[in-house]
Amino acid sequence: MALLDINDLHARVAGTDILKGLSLSVNAGEVHAIMGPNGSGKSTLANVLAGRDDYEVTAGGATLDGTDLLDMEPEERAHAGVFLAFQYPVEIPGVNNTYLLRAALNAVRAARGQEEISAVDFMKLAREKMKAMEMDAGFLNRGVNEGFSGGEKKRNEVFQMSVLEPRLCVLDETDSGLDIDALKVVAEGVNALRSPDRAFVLVTHYQRLLDYIEPDFVHVLAGGRIIRSGDKSLALELEARGYDWVLEEAAA
Amino acid sequence: MSSSNAEVEAFVDKKYKHGWVTDIESDTFPPGLDENVIRAISARKGEPQFMLEWRLKAFETWKQMAEPEWAHVDYPKIDYQAISYFSAPKSDADKPKSLDEVDPKLLETYDKLGIPLHERARLAGVAVDAVFDSVSVTTTFRDKLAEAGVIFCSFSEAVREHPELVQKYLGSVVPRSDNYFAALNSAVFSDGSFVYIPKGVRCPMELSTYFRINELNTGQFERTLIVADEGSHVSYLEGCTAPMRDENQLHAAVVELVALEGAEIKYSTVQNWYPGDENGKGGIYNFVTKRGDCRGDDSKISWTQVETGSAITWKYPSCILRGKNTVGEFYSVAVTNNLQQADTGTKMIHIGEGSTSTIVSKGISAGRANQSYRGLVKVLPQAKGARNYTQCDSLLIGKECGAHTFPYMEVRNASAKVEHEATTSRIADDQLFYCRQRGISEEDAVNLIVNGFCKDVFRELPMEFAVEAQALLNVSLEGAVG
Repeated sequence: MALLDINDLHARVAGTDILKGLSLSVNAGEVHAIMGPNGSGKSTLANVLAGRDDYEVTAGGATLDGTDLLDMEPEERAHAGVFLAFQYPVEIPGVNNTYLLRAALNAVRAARGQEEISAVDFMKLAREKMKAMEMDAGFLNRGVNEGFSGGEKKRNEVFQMSVLEPRLCVLDETDSGLDIDALKVVAEGVNALRSPDRAFVLVTHYQRLLDYIEPDFVHVLAGGRIIRSGDKSLALELEARGYDWVLEEAAA
Repeated sequence: MSSSNAEVEAFVDKKYKHGWVTDIESDTFPPGLDENVIRAISARKGEPQFMLEWRLKAFETWKQMAEPEWAHVDYPKIDYQAISYFSAPKSDADKPKSLDEVDPKLLETYDKLGIPLHERARLAGVAVDAVFDSVSVTTTFRDKLAEAGVIFCSFSEAVREHPELVQKYLGSVVPRSDNYFAALNSAVFSDGSFVYIPKGVRCPMELSTYFRINELNTGQFERTLIVADEGSHVSYLEGCTAPMRDENQLHAAVVELVALEGAEIKYSTVQNWYPGDENGKGGIYNFVTKRGDCRGDDSKISWTQVETGSAITWKYPSCILRGKNTVGEFYSVAVTNNLQQADTGTKMIHIGEGSTSTIVSKGISAGRANQSYRGLVKVLPQAKGARNYTQCDSLLIGKECGAHTFPYMEVRNASAKVEHEATTSRIADDQLFYCRQRGISEEDAVNLIVNGFCKDVFRELPMEFAVEAQALLNVSLEGAVG
C-alpha cells in the first residue's frame, strides 16, 4: 500500500475550481517533485493535504496508510505524520520558538502514545538538529519567525521537520527566496532526513532545488491535473525547454 | 475602651425603637442603606468614634453624588437600597461539609488550574474544621512578621489596635469624596487588609491576602491600606487565581498605598471573580478605586494586575508621583470573554521633578466581550524632566468582540517626555493553522499565542503567581475559538 494515495482529487478555493482530478501515489522512501507553471494548483495541493480551512474538497479523496486523510483535523494529520513546510511561514510574536516546537513535539508524541520529552532532553535534541541546519543557538530564544529573514524562515521549517520526524513531508516552494548557500543548507537538511520509511513531496517552480535534492519522480501539474510524470530527467528537460511543450502535448 | 463607647453611642443615637434596628445582633442586616445602617456597622465592629464619624461624612457625601456613566460599560441600574450592607461570616453549619457537596463544575476548574487538594476545600468555602490545617502555617508567618516589626492584619483589627496609624493615613490617598464608589465604600466598608512596614524594613516575605487572618465574606466593600515608611520595601499579592465563591454581586473596593521617602511597594493582583454565564447572567460588578501615593522622594509604586473575572470591571490603579524622582508602574493583562465588559486603565500624575512612569497594558477580548483601556498621563508644571512610556496592546479573538483605547495626556511642562504606543491585532487564522499543522490543538494554539502576547506583564508577577496566571488565562479563554 502506498503511504500517500491521492485519487481523482477536486478542490476549490474561494469558489474557483483549482484541482480538477489529481491522482498521485507516493510510497515510503520516495521523493516526488511536483512542478508546474504558476497557478497550476501546486500550493493548493500542499494546503489541501495539510487541511487548511479555506480549501474545499469537492470530489475524490486522499489516504495516508489507507486512512482517509481528508476527514482528519489539521492537528490529527500532523499526529499521523504529515508535515507541511510552509511557503510563507507566519510570524507569531512573543511566542518562543523553542516553546512552540516543544509543544508540537509533545503533542505528536502524546498522539503516538509516547511520553513527554523533558525540557533538558528537548534542548539537547534541538541543539543537535540546529547544528545540522547551521542555525545560531540564539534562534531558539526568538519569537516564532519573528523578524526572521526569508532564508531563516525556510531553515526554521526544515529544522522543525527534523525535530518532529514526520512520515510525509510536503515542502511548499521551500526553495523560493533562498540564495544558493541557504538552498544548499536546506537541501542537506532534507537529504539527511531521507529514509526508507519517509516520503517527500516537493512542490517547486524551478529545477534548481532538484540539483540538490534528487527526486525519484517528477510530475508536471497543470490546470489542476498531473499531465506528465517521469524521472529526474524530466525536470532537466523542463529547465531547458520550459513548460509550453508539455502543455501542448497534453492538449493534443 | 473607645470601641465600647462607639457601640453605646450607636445605640443611643438610634432613631427607631423597632424595625430593623432590633436585628442588630442578627447575622445579616436587612437590605437598605441609611445613617442607622452605618452606625450599626460601626457598632458591630466596635469601632472608635473617629471611624464612625468618618463613615457618616462619607455617607453624606455619597448621597450628594451621582453614579458615573462615562465608562464604556453597560449594566442594569443598581438599586442600592436592595443590598444588605452587613453580613456576619456564615456559621460552619451552613457551609458544605466536604468537597462532595461542592459544585462539580467548580471542582473541575480547580483541577484544571492544578490547585492542591487541601486548597480546594478552603476556596470552595468548606467548613473550616474540615480544611487542611492552614492555621499553623499562618501562625509561623505572623511570628516572622512581628519579628521584623511589620503590621499585617485585617482592617477591623487595625482600626481597633492601631487607630493612630489608620487615622493618619486613611483617606489620605483616596479621599472620601473621590468618586461615587469610593464614597460608598468609605461609608460602609466591611473589612480588608492593613499593612505597615516600619522605616528601613524590607518585608521578609511576600504578603498575601491568603494568609490574612480575617473574617470570611468581607469581599463586598473591601478596604485596604498599605503604608511603607521611609526606606522600606513590600510586595503584596491580592486575590487568587482560583474562582472564589461569592454571593455578592456588587463589589466596590478601595485600595490606598502610601510610599514614604525611598520606599517601594509592589502590588500584584489576580482577579478571577465569577464573570457570569455565557449570557452574562449573574456575574460580579467590580467597581474598584486603587491609588498609590509616592509621597516621599525616590519612592516607587508598581501595580501589576491580571484581570480575568467579573461581569463588569471598572478599575484604574493609579500613581500620584509626588516626590522627586519617584517611579510609578502599571502592568496589566485584562481578559474578557463571552459578555464580559471591562473599562480599565491607569492614571499617572507627575508632580515631582524627574518622576517617571511606565504603563504596559495588554487587553484580550474574545466572544462578544468589550474592553476599553482608559489612561491618563498628567504632567504638572513643576514636574521638570518627567517621563512616561505607555504601551497599550489589544488582542482580539473572534469577530464579535471589541477593544477600545482612550488615552488622555496632559503635559504642562515642556521638559517632559511622553511616549505612547498602541496596537490592535487579531489572532490570525494563519497563526492558528500554523500551530495546528505542527500538531498543536486549536485551544492550545490560542493559549500559546495569548501567553506570548502577555509575556511582558507576566514577567512582572512574582514567580509562582505568574505560573498560576498563565493557567488561569487558559481556563478563561476556553471555548473562545471554534
